[in-house]
Amino acid sequence: MISALNGQIGLAYAFVEREIALSKRYWAWEIVWLVYGIVTSLSVAYIGLAAPAISGGQVDEAAVSHFVLYLLVGTIAWRFLGIIFENIGEVIAWERWEGTIEYTFMSPVPRLTHLLGMCGATLVRSVTFSIAILAAVALFVPVDLSKANALSAVVLLAVGALAFIGLGIASASFPLMWTEKGLQMAYIVQAVVLLVSGVYYPVEVLPGWMQLLATISPATYVIRGMRAALMDGADLATLWPEIWPALIVGVLSIPLGLRLFIAVERYAKRTGRLKRSG
Amino acid sequence: MAIEIAPRRPGPQVTTHSRDALVATAVTKHFRTDNKTRRAVDDVSLRVGRGEIYGLLGANGSGKSTLIRVFSTLLIPDAGDVRVFDRDVQADELAVKRLINRVSVEASFFKKLSAIENLVYAGRLYGVAPDEAKRKALAILRRLGVDVERVNEPLEKLSRGMQQKVAIARAFLTAPMLLLLDEPTTGLDIRSKREVQTFIRDLRIEHDATIVLTTHDLDEAERLSDRIGILHEGRLVAEGTTDELRARYGAAALEDVFMTATGKRLDEADEPERAK
Ligand SMILES: Nc1ncnc2c1ncn2[C@@H]1O[C@H](COP(=O)(O)OP(=O)(O)O)[C@@H](O)[C@H]1O
Ligand SMILES: [Mg+2]
Repeated sequence: MISALNGQIGLAYAFVEREIALSKRYWAWEIVWLVYGIVTSLSVAYIGLAAPAISGGQVDEAAVSHFVLYLLVGTIAWRFLGIIFENIGEVIAWERWEGTIEYTFMSPVPRLTHLLGMCGATLVRSVTFSIAILAAVALFVPVDLSKANALSAVVLLAVGALAFIGLGIASASFPLMWTEKGLQMAYIVQAVVLLVSGVYYPVEVLPGWMQLLATISPATYVIRGMRAALMDGADLATLWPEIWPALIVGVLSIPLGLRLFIAVERYAKRTGRLKRSG
Repeated sequence: MAIEIAPRRPGPQVTTHSRDALVATAVTKHFRTDNKTRRAVDDVSLRVGRGEIYGLLGANGSGKSTLIRVFSTLLIPDAGDVRVFDRDVQADELAVKRLINRVSVEASFFKKLSAIENLVYAGRLYGVAPDEAKRKALAILRRLGVDVERVNEPLEKLSRGMQQKVAIARAFLTAPMLLLLDEPTTGLDIRSKREVQTFIRDLRIEHDATIVLTTHDLDEAERLSDRIGILHEGRLVAEGTTDELRARYGAAALEDVFMTATGKRLDEADEPERAK
């Protein structure tokens, strides 16, 4: 039992090691993504700093720094969740492009272990990126985290990661089902989630139907909760209303996403879509 | 130097008393593309004994790769079933995966990773520890005539022939009980081709490896296989040792056997509108 578990961890680790090796070889691209991430977050922070100038009204200093932090928490938390969703969602598309997909699928690795390994690799990446972005932004803009409740923030990010892993696994199956346009569909889903989840603004400003979508997006809860945790120091008890909906999404979407993935894998093997397109 | 091809950990998944390495029964596979249905494999039954090298000879588009993919769990057949060392490839997928490996026409690696990185990764997926994977991989590559100085270069920098040899090392280092070689020498220069063929033949002598090999090279089929199956438009139209086939068709050479069995010369039998 224990040794079987160890065996599976060893198999999952193969994917983590592979992804790290790939990151090293594709380092120039990693730099690109990192610079993009930093620049996006920094630009958004400057929008906050420029609030008095842009609005032409009187905004006091405290309000400005509150606004900057509001934007920064949104953009960095979104980056964290987005990397998870993208990386997991690209599991198939990426290996198709490399041409290795048949070898991965032929290997004696249970699908769950494979995907957990990829999640491990993704978490290494999303945590590293988020910390690097935060550190870089803090060099330029004052970031006041004096009131932050770190434990609450970590728990929220963990819950958010679960939810996005599940959604990522589900959307990773799109390219198996629709060889041509599957990946594009996943990106559109992601864009819509960005729009409705209140990453840069309270969802209340959105039209009613978008607010409806916001209630089913786990990012809405995670980001709102992150703001409360980092800006007001909210503890876990206070944050429970934000935690449970995201937790439910995670707890449901991981097993459902995995089932969908396995079903679609079978479909791909029946129709010859694993490797060939069309 | 001998290469360990015997099962690496004797365990329930590899101790099998089956004398047949592979039994395929009435395997049929269709593909639908652009509303056209095409029968890639048509009612193929074959049996490969343990320790045998079975050569599947056929023109481009005759269904060789499709059949290999069915054997290697990458395609689910429409009808028929396949057993590898007495395990059903559908029902017992994971156990079958542990027993097999495959070399395809395309080398299929992470192009930016080095040969060694690719091989260590592949080894890990089969539970081979990195050190052991390196040691075995280097031994195999040396035998295949690869300059092992280059194993740390990104794979995309290696020639097609070298990449194919790395692909062969990847398959061997997991010590498969059944090795599926899908046109392992297609596209290689004469020298690499010979090196690969010699390697396969040597393994045949040193170990009781079971190999299913596809080719559209008559000479290769004859040189390497104990038995040959001729595949034509998805159907297995003839099967036997070269001598048996020649006797049965009253032919002087395998080429003539192919002619008689399929009605075409091998180089003319290629599927005309083949997309890739
Ligand atoms: N995944 C697939 N999707 C659609 N058609 C396929 C697929 N794989 C093979 N085919 C078709 O099946 C036939 C047999 O192909 P294949 O098995 O690759 O032949 P071979 O390996 O002998 O050249 C061809 O007509 C080919 O175009
Ligand atoms: Mg082929």
